[in-house]
This record gives sequence, C-alpha cells and structure tokens, in this order.
Amino acid sequence: MAKILKKSPADLIFSSVTALASFSIIVFIAGILYVLISESSLAIKQFGVIKFLTSTDWDPVKESFGALTNIYGTMLTTFLSLLLAIPVAIGIAVFVTEIAPGFLKGPIGIAIELLAAIPSIIYGMWGLFTLSPIMANHIEPFLKKTVGGLPLIGMLFEGTPMGIDILTASVILSIMIIPFTASIARDSFNLTPSVVKESAYAIGATKWEVIKNIVMPYSKLGVFGGVVLSLGRALGETMAVAFVLGNNHRITTSLLDAAATITVTLANEFAEADNDVYLSSLFYLALVLFVMSFITLAVAKIFLLKAERKHSQ
Amino acid sequence: MTRELIRKAEGFVALAFCTLAAGLGLFWLVFILGDVLIHGFRALTPALFLSDPAPAGSDGGGLRNAFVGQLLITLAATAIGVPVGVLGGTFLAEYARGRKIARIISVLADIMVSVPSIVIGTFIYAILVKPAGHFSGWAGAVALAIIMIPVVLRTTENMLSLVPWSLREAAFALGAPYYKVIIQIVYRGAATGILTGIILSIARVAGETAPLLFTSFNNSFFSMNMKQPISSLTVTIFQYAMGPYDNWHAQAWAAAFVITFFILMLTLLGRVIIRWRYK
Repeated sequence: MAKILKKSPADLIFSSVTALASFSIIVFIAGILYVLISESSLAIKQFGVIKFLTSTDWDPVKESFGALTNIYGTMLTTFLSLLLAIPVAIGIAVFVTEIAPGFLKGPIGIAIELLAAIPSIIYGMWGLFTLSPIMANHIEPFLKKTVGGLPLIGMLFEGTPMGIDILTASVILSIMIIPFTASIARDSFNLTPSVVKESAYAIGATKWEVIKNIVMPYSKLGVFGGVVLSLGRALGETMAVAFVLGNNHRITTSLLDAAATITVTLANEFAEADNDVYLSSLFYLALVLFVMSFITLAVAKIFLLKAERKHSQ
Repeated sequence: MTRELIRKAEGFVALAFCTLAAGLGLFWLVFILGDVLIHGFRALTPALFLSDPAPAGSDGGGLRNAFVGQLLITLAATAIGVPVGVLGGTFLAEYARGRKIARIISVLADIMVSVPSIVIGTFIYAILVKPAGHFSGWAGAVALAIIMIPVVLRTTENMLSLVPWSLREAAFALGAPYYKVIIQIVYRGAATGILTGIILSIARVAGETAPLLFTSFNNSFFSMNMKQPISSLTVTIFQYAMGPYDNWHAQAWAAAFVITFFILMLTLLGRVIIRWRYK
C-alpha cells in the first residue's frame, strides 16, 4: 500500500526524515555501548573483565579498582526493595481490580500514577530528612531488639542504627517501584476475561479463590514481566538511594551499614575523578550497569510481549 | 461446614491484606506529598524566585538562577526531543507499519525508556563534555532529550495507530500524497494524544537529576549561557540537601515543592486530556 504511494519526491524526503528520526533509537543504544566500551578501554586493559568484576578494591589513591562492592550493593538494595515492594504492589493491584468499589477505583488509580510521577530526587530528599531519622530512632532499634538476637538473622542487623544504610535505601527504593509493579499487575489482571471469572463464581468459588486460581494464573506472564521491569528500574535508580546509602566501598553483611551501588558511586565520584584510570573505571562501572539493566529490561519485554500475544490469540 | 469456614476465613485474610496494601500505597503518597508541602510551603518566599543564591552559609538569597536554568534546559530538551520523537513515531506507525524494523525499533525504544538515566549522563559526558573541556547547559539538554525521545516516539506511534486506516484511504482517494495525508489528516486526528505524550515526557524529564550531574553540572551564579555550566533545580536540591546549612535545607524543600507541584500538575493534565479525549 505505502509503496505505491511513495512516489512524489516530497514524500521520499518526508519518509526518509521520519526513518532517520526513528533510527536514532538504534544509534543511541549502539552509541552508548560503543562510547562506554571505548572510554573504559584503559580500565579494561588494566583490570581485565573477571578481575574487575570480582575485585573488592576501590582505591583512588592506589589506582586499583574493582566493581564487586558496587555490584553487591546494587544487587542487595534491588533484591530487598523488590522483596518489600512486590507483595504490596500485587495487593494494590488486586484491591483496585477486584475489591475496590467503583468510586474508589479511579482515585486509587490516580494516586498510583502520581506516586510514579514524583521525581526520584524527591524520594531521595524525603528519605534523607524524614525517613532516615525515623529508621534510626524507631524502626532499626526495634528490629535489633526483636530479630537482632536471633542466630544468622541477627547478622543482618549488627552495628549502630544510623539511618544512612542499606535498609533505609531499600525501603525508599521499594516505595518508588511499588507504583510501576502495581500498574503493570493491574493491567495484566484486567485482561482476564470476565466469562472465565464468572464461571468460577458460578460453581461457588469465593472471591479470593477466583483471584488465586483464575486471575493470577491467567496473568502470571504479565505480572512476572512487570516484576522484572521493576527490577530493571531499581538497578539503575540513582537519586532515590544516593542520599541515604552513604558511599561505602565495603562488602557488609549488616543491613544497618552504609554501602555503595554502581549508580551512587557514579553520582558521587564521576565529576571529581582526577585521573584517567579512575575516570575510565567509572565508565567501566557505567558499562556494567548498562549491560545489566539492558539484559534485565529485554527479558522483561520478552515476557510482556508473550503475555500480550497470549491474550490477542 | 468447617471447610467452608476455612475458605471464607482464608479469603477474608487475603482480601484484608490487599486492602491494607492499597492503604499503605496511599499512606506513602500522603506522607511524602504532605511532607514536601509542609516543609516547602514554609520556605516559599518571593526572594526564592527573585534573587540569586547568597554566599554559602549566610542567610537569604534565592534560587532564581536554578529556576531559569531548569527552564532553559527543559525547553531546549523539548525542542530537540519532541520533533525527533514525533517524526520517529510517524515512521513506525506509517511508513514502516507492520514491518519487522518497526517492531524492533519499538521494542528497543521501550527498553530505552527504562535505561538508567545516569548511564545516559556518562554517555553525554564522553561525547559532549569531554571534547569541549567543560560542562554545558546544552550537554544537559541533549541528555534529557535522549531520555525524552523514546517516550514521545512510543506514544506518537500508539496514537497514530489509533487513527482509523479508512480515514487515510479517504484522503488517498482524493489523490493526496502520503506525506500530506499524514500531516493534514493523521496528525490532526491524533493531535491530542501526541500532545499528551509530549506533556508526560516533559513531566518525566523535568525531575531528572542523575543525567544532569555531569553534563550541565551546576552554577551558583545567574547564567543564561547554555554553552557554560548552568544551574538546575534538581541538581541544586541534591547539593543543598546534602549540604550542612539549615538555610540550604529550607531552600531545597522549597525547590522540591515547586518541582513536584509542577510535575504532578503536568501529569494530571495529561491524564485529564486522555480521559476527556479517549472515552
């Protein structure tokens, strides 16, 4: 169709311009990858791949750099925040789609959207000024007193509660990703055909049984895609955690210690890196983060596409 | 009988948990917004908008430079990002409709939307800041534009796809070339949708901090020169909130209030337009 019509020269120009504009996406992704690799080549040469990824060094003075403390911090905060966020997010999605009376659905939907629209720096600042003191004075001492004495679990709550630590950062991060996960889960739940649900109700299933045995299995691909998407977002989040994580290049078992993530290290040190190896290592970190989040997001996208295809059949 | 009771009890507990979860979500929203409102409103003075920062540690002063800088960077990013995004979306929805390349690009764009913004900051640092030898407002604007483009591109693609194909055929039948059909018929039909996408993408980038940290950097003096480091609200909030002075903290809250208000208004506006147009 379009081919027959693409005759006039003006059309040729317009179509080429639009094509160029859309190819910019490919140029950006390829460009980011190329530039990050070439900028980090110095560090790649000096530290290699395996050694960089497994070394806990981060010493600007001795010019010895490794990514492990940063990767550890990134993974740990991401994991904890998902652990806290997923149950709440799915609960919200269930509430909005199945429980809420009609007049509440709209306002809660809008509230979730607003929560998602608040810039991450606001979360970070609020975390520093409001949440961190609450964590330090109430929640963390409480956790220490109750579960801190248990063997193994107690290890997680060693040290003085300062409020600037992995736990606080994970809580803020979880508040930030709740709306993403919730809105995707809600959209997936909504795709369940009402005929199937009604048949379950007709044979006497309770509301929760319908949700558990009909809605959730039906939408699991979409929900899973949403969870992985949130994981990708959490990996790359900077400002929400930059305020309250400290910037501590150490691997620690206690959640009450300061730590560093890739993003926090970049935010704090990039503009101040004063020699080539240092800067190159920071680019290397950015490259690691880019690859990690790109793969995660691609996996999420595959799940979401599969879910979409399943429903369009 | 007991089995029925157990089933009912299980359902009650599960549904109560879900209701609690929704309450918790609402609680965070009210807590955060309320906090920003209370602290921000207190520090909101005319001087905040009208005067430049006082020397560090001394009282008074404002954030005029940051407001102006933020406005300039966001406007420049919009001027770069919107045309590229809208045209790119046009290609996907019109010329490449149904082709493999369109699918690939829209999947990549979806991934780009969530790529860590700080990585884009390092990318722009390498290609614009390092060669120039100094931070610049333009570098910040380009970084934000790169974040904006995939958002605008995807919404444009979706909105153009919603325009019925028969509308285009009607125009073809009158002998109009495709580009005229797109500009005069399709764009007109999808205008509100595209506008909403643009509004939401501005709301998205206006709150970005990470990509500005090492592109537009910061400037404690008033400057409208986009070729030099320029102050932005978000980077200023980061600097002031992490700083040691109470005066800085108060101003950071005020700036946070202004930017949150602005972004939430844009988001609500976008939602209202969507509901009004597509219902």
